[in-house]
Amino acid sequence: MPAPEEALSAANVMISGHGGAQLNAYEALPAGDGPFGGVLVIHHLPGWDSGTKEITRRFAAHGYNAICPNLYARQGLDVDPDDAAAAAREAGGVPDEQFVGDAKGAIEALRALPTSNGKVGVIGYCSGGRHAFLTAVSLPVDAAVDCYGAFVTGTVPEGFPLKVKPIIDRTPRLNCPLLGLFGNEDHFPNREQVDELEAALKEAGKTYEFHRYDDAGHAFFSVDRTAYRPEAAVDGWQRIFDWFGRYLVEG
Amino acid sequence: MCSYLTVPTEIAGSAKGPQGWMSVTSASVYFDHPFHAPFDHTLNIDFADPDRGPGARVAVELSAESARRLVASINDALAAAGAAAR
Repeated sequence: MPAPEEALSAANVMISGHGGAQLNAYEALPAGDGPFGGVLVIHHLPGWDSGTKEITRRFAAHGYNAICPNLYARQGLDVDPDDAAAAAREAGGVPDEQFVGDAKGAIEALRALPTSNGKVGVIGYCSGGRHAFLTAVSLPVDAAVDCYGAFVTGTVPEGFPLKVKPIIDRTPRLNCPLLGLFGNEDHFPNREQVDELEAALKEAGKTYEFHRYDDAGHAFFSVDRTAYRPEAAVDGWQRIFDWFGRYLVEG
Repeated sequence: MCSYLTVPTEIAGSAKGPQGWMSVTSASVYFDHPFHAPFDHTLNIDFADPDRGPGARVAVELSAESARRLVASINDALAAAGAAAR
């Protein structure tokens, strides 16, 4: 049996999202009968791009069924991801209720896979980090990873064009362990906002683990940007796979 | 960081995209993560005709420094044209 990274498949599939909308989603699956844990990958504000699809394949390469729905699919299924992102941005972003409905559809698709072990985790980057937290306080998932998600806490600046607001008050409803990965040089979220989230998790008695990296800012996982920080990213990936291994595979 | 802030403006003119020339009616200007340019953040301009759908867009992603140079070039060119550009 080859290692998962030597035998995986990836393709676009269709799933049902909020309100029964048909969304395209990028699905990456390890070869073999499983059973495998599932990972819902949430793309960042720039959209359903190649970098996020590469991340999705990375989970399959590590033995997880992974799916990344196109949160901007309502702009048109055949629209280029960058054009869809620009139009979604212009429209004020994705409403939280719509996102939760789309995430629910993606989670159901993961659990319905014949190789699923029934467990599903969620991970998101940038705006997707907030979405990962929103998923974990709204839907039944087994583990969550928030990579530098802004506006879980903090105050949304005046004149902000996206329809988002802090969701820290929902922390008591968090229904799974949360891993948080943050750069100490980030401004959104900044250190104080990460402190605020940690305090809320502690007060609510939730299982969580935070890792905060010096000399790293926003998007330190992005390999094609100057924000990339290999030390933080390599350690971060290790933490992610340890986390999902603990909650999606063991037990 | 994601600045998120978008500064839109109405425009009148045309732009050439993958489908050829088209009329454009709006320009969205924002400083945020690029889709393609190899920088953490860029000054992005979307020239678009929203009535024709998300694909009716010509996009540029410029480094902050080059965006400032572009602004100066535009102003210089308009000034040089004098009355004709008023």
